[in-house]
Amino acid sequence: MKYAFYPGCVSRGACPELYTATLEVCNILGIELDEDSLRSASCTGAGVLQEKNLRLGDTLNARTFAMAEKAGLPLMTICSTCQGVMSQANQRLVSDPEYLASINEDLKEEGLEYKGTINPKHLLWIIVEDLGMDFFHSKVVRKLEGLKLAPFYGCYIVRPTEALGFDENPERETSLEAVIEAVGAEVVDFPGKTLCCGFPILTINPKNSVKMVANHTIDAKDRGADAMVTPCPLCHLNLDGYQPNASSAAKRDIDLPIIHLPQLVGLSLGIAPEKMRLNKHIVSTKKLLSELAVAP
Amino acid sequence: MEVKLSVRRYDPESTNTVPHFQEYQLEMDEAATVLDALIQIREDVDGTLSLRCSCRSAICGSCAMRVNGEAGLACNTKVIDALPSDGTAIVIEPAGNLPVIKDLVVDFQPFWDQVKSIEPWLQPAGEEPEGEYLAPDEDMLHLAGVVSCILCGACVSDCTVLEVDSNFLGPAALAKAYRFVGDPRDDADGKRLKALNEEGGVWDCTRCMKCVEVCPKGVAPMDRIMSLREKVMDAGHTNTNGARHATAFVDSVRHSGWLDELKLPIKSFGIFNLKAMISLIPLAIRSQRAGKVPPLIHKNIPEVENVRRIFDKVENKK
Ligand code: FES
Repeated sequence: MKYAFYPGCVSRGACPELYTATLEVCNILGIELDEDSLRSASCTGAGVLQEKNLRLGDTLNARTFAMAEKAGLPLMTICSTCQGVMSQANQRLVSDPEYLASINEDLKEEGLEYKGTINPKHLLWIIVEDLGMDFFHSKVVRKLEGLKLAPFYGCYIVRPTEALGFDENPERETSLEAVIEAVGAEVVDFPGKTLCCGFPILTINPKNSVKMVANHTIDAKDRGADAMVTPCPLCHLNLDGYQPNASSAAKRDIDLPIIHLPQLVGLSLGIAPEKMRLNKHIVSTKKLLSELAVAP
Repeated sequence: MEVKLSVRRYDPESTNTVPHFQEYQLEMDEAATVLDALIQIREDVDGTLSLRCSCRSAICGSCAMRVNGEAGLACNTKVIDALPSDGTAIVIEPAGNLPVIKDLVVDFQPFWDQVKSIEPWLQPAGEEPEGEYLAPDEDMLHLAGVVSCILCGACVSDCTVLEVDSNFLGPAALAKAYRFVGDPRDDADGKRLKALNEEGGVWDCTRCMKCVEVCPKGVAPMDRIMSLREKVMDAGHTNTNGARHATAFVDSVRHSGWLDELKLPIKSFGIFNLKAMISLIPLAIRSQRAGKVPPLIHKNIPEVENVRRIFDKVENKK
């Protein structure tokens, strides 16, 4: 299976470990990544650009979709936020041919046209839907038994359900739990798993943002989680990077490693942790890995 | 059909003042709503259960509560849709983010205070006309969503910001504010937008979309908040972290095609905001130690001129 790879800004910026882990994992799962066709694609706008100018955001995303279409490949993302923003843009573009035509006017000069055939998919959904759980099971070589993991989706991959196609693909709602179970770990369910990590208001209202980090990580920890796993690098940045702040704000130790989805998958596929830069997190994964008896 | 409900009970005047769940088993019709089930409990099984309701047809807005963890109207949620597939009970809780008075009844005072604070009445200028204040239909169309609000509080119940900060105006009041800012007959925009730009206003929303998802009336409060942000900035209020963040983000994408993660926080706080700059240092050091710093030199994406051209074209249309 071959996909036009859309890595997003964060995996090429503050979370290089996500990029590396994705390449390693896809290699073993037989997901061929074309890194060229979207090389000159822009940021999705992350919802922020859409605040200022929705049409501009839709044009930039239509441009990205047109590039994947031109390459004749389905599009893969590795970020909940990119997924959500793309799905929302796509819904607006595909449901209104007149609007799409007027957007295409602005892509003409570059020789691009979006015909409306792209269905952007997060690696998480690709594992569950395109590869299928049976195939994925067959690739797992190291069962992560005894490990207790709290899922953390990130808002944009769970809402709005309509744009994300939850009605047609109901398995998306529990996809992260399905992967956690498939790697042999135990799901620690908690209400925060589909709530906000606080990242979008990090520079706007840091106090509230850090409180959100504290609430979610402490709740998961108190329910027995050894770590948290997320398909969203923005959630990772906040839950990992600001956990020390959350810890001092809440006046208690939290120490909950935040693992990117591909890193978790990679561990179960037998990929060495340092190859996925699991040693490059703010909250150390050392203890976790030693309990799993894999060298860091 | 057989239905199990697990209802969160709390009665400050009873012997057990600790909130707890109580399970009820009922025989219900396929067409029954969650509200029908709760009324049946109150009438036939346990008269001590308190809840609010009136119209039973999603009009009055009194029956908002959490069903299986998510806010909605009990009267337009069918039991059959709420039944968990694993045969467990439907979990019923009072609305969140508001103080519980008893069982499923919450105190709406904070909600009304928020709504009142945005001055939810028309403030037109000039002389009073003889008849009504008239507005062309097409200028009112964009308000069709917000005027559908029935003030049920579902959005407030599940707002992720109100959960950590009761100072936030909240989705219902902000959607209501949009209803007046966007009304062509209202002349208080300047005052309104200035107030909405304050702490606890439009910038504190996290864009989690919870309010959009739970609203039973399609009001989409978050979308209104985003429109208000645009209006706040257009009115010249650009001196907030929120406005600077949005501007810096857009500039970064325009200039390089993607996000410059190093410059973004610096520009959001404002380069002269020394206190905030210093607050960034510990994270910078932690990230450095972990080997987790975005590349120092932010490279443009290939053929970035195509992105810039789209910016020029689309922004000119505005
Ligand atoms: S009882 Fe009136 S809205 Fe539900």
